Amino acid sequence: MKSSLIDYTLHLADNALVIAQCNAEWCGHGPILEQDIAITNISLDLLGQSRNFYQYAATLINEFKKLQGTKAPSPAGEGVGGEATEDSLAYLRTEREFKNCLLVEQPNGDWGQTILRQFFFSAYQYLLYEKLQAGKDEQIAAISAKALKEVTYHLRWSSEWVVRLGDGTEESHQRMLKAIDELWRYTGELFISADYEKESGYDVSLLKDAWMKKVTEVFEEATLPVPEKVFMQTGGKNGIHTEHLGFILTELQYLQRTYPNATW
Amino acid sequence: MKIELKNIWKILEQVTDPEVPVLTITDLGIVRDVCPLPASPKGGGEPGFEIIITPTYTGCPAMDMIAMNIKLALIENGYSNIKITSVLSPAWTTDWMSEAGKRKLKEYGIAAPNKKFTIALDGIECPLCNSTNTKLISEFGSTACKALYQCNDCKEPFDYFKCH
Repeated sequence: MKSSLIDYTLHLADNALVIAQCNAEWCGHGPILEQDIAITNISLDLLGQSRNFYQYAATLINEFKKLQGTKAPSPAGEGVGGEATEDSLAYLRTEREFKNCLLVEQPNGDWGQTILRQFFFSAYQYLLYEKLQAGKDEQIAAISAKALKEVTYHLRWSSEWVVRLGDGTEESHQRMLKAIDELWRYTGELFISADYEKESGYDVSLLKDAWMKKVTEVFEEATLPVPEKVFMQTGGKNGIHTEHLGFILTELQYLQRTYPNATW
Repeated sequence: MKIELKNIWKILEQVTDPEVPVLTITDLGIVRDVCPLPASPKGGGEPGFEIIITPTYTGCPAMDMIAMNIKLALIENGYSNIKITSVLSPAWTTDWMSEAGKRKLKEYGIAAPNKKFTIALDGIECPLCNSTNTKLISEFGSTACKALYQCNDCKEPFDYFKCH
């Protein structure tokens, strides 16, 4: 077994967990009840996906340790008895150990910014899971095939909202322009493979054209401009994050850090 | 053994979904298989059974409870050597929902999955007055598996169990 597969699985899990956590902050604060329910439903789907990937990563890590008789190759939270579990991986790794892309850790901002972040990410996840469900790793394929059904909803819902806000009022249009300005610079990283992605045989750069096509299509309908080439921030996939992730993890991990091994 | 397997299925047919209590887990197609297990010291020397289940939605919080309820139902009926395995592939689909399940849903006031509506759109039949003059309020409802509708004729809001 290659250790890159562990890192790759963690990357998929971290992506889903971090954006699930951010979306969950809307619980009780959505603009109207139905949309509050929608964004938290999406959060729940993503949390479920992250659990599946963490469970698989934990199995891989524990097998790897058994085979090698050593510590896991990548720093990974260790639960009771030194075994990795889905919880230890989510709650006990530090910011530098998280491999999520920068896009998912960007602040919720206003509703427009949350919508745009979800749209960019869902469009990416849709294309990625479509590829992964036919990939060579059976478990990743099974998780992706199942998740793809859910992401189809997320993409349709967030696309509709981008159109509604972009082609809405002058105020909502301005806010979407501001959201594009905030988030666009984090989209380049999605299509630059980290070493573990290359070694796992998943070339994300191949998804870029289809993603651009989807974004262009929706932006046109939303009367929003597709930005020209701008500088793209990278680093998240290798653990170099924006300042936001630290705050997210502080809240997410608080209970396990303060009361180790607490359960309920 | 065949008789035993039949009994196990009968017990499973009594276990209900915690979120939609009119449906049983067999109505939903959550139970994929039941396999006999060899007797093991861990299972008290009794021959055991492995129950293979699959989640509806990835994040469905009812799954842990369903697994526990299956175990409890079987223990109550004298089966102690039970293993519950959750599989993801093939992914669960509403195609596996039984006709009885669809009927029970409607009686309960939830519109059953309709293959003509793979995407939730206006026009799902109202489970209360049977009108198709209905409108989609939101693709996301009270649980992951449902969408929110309102009937334009009887004005009642209702849930639609989405095709998945």
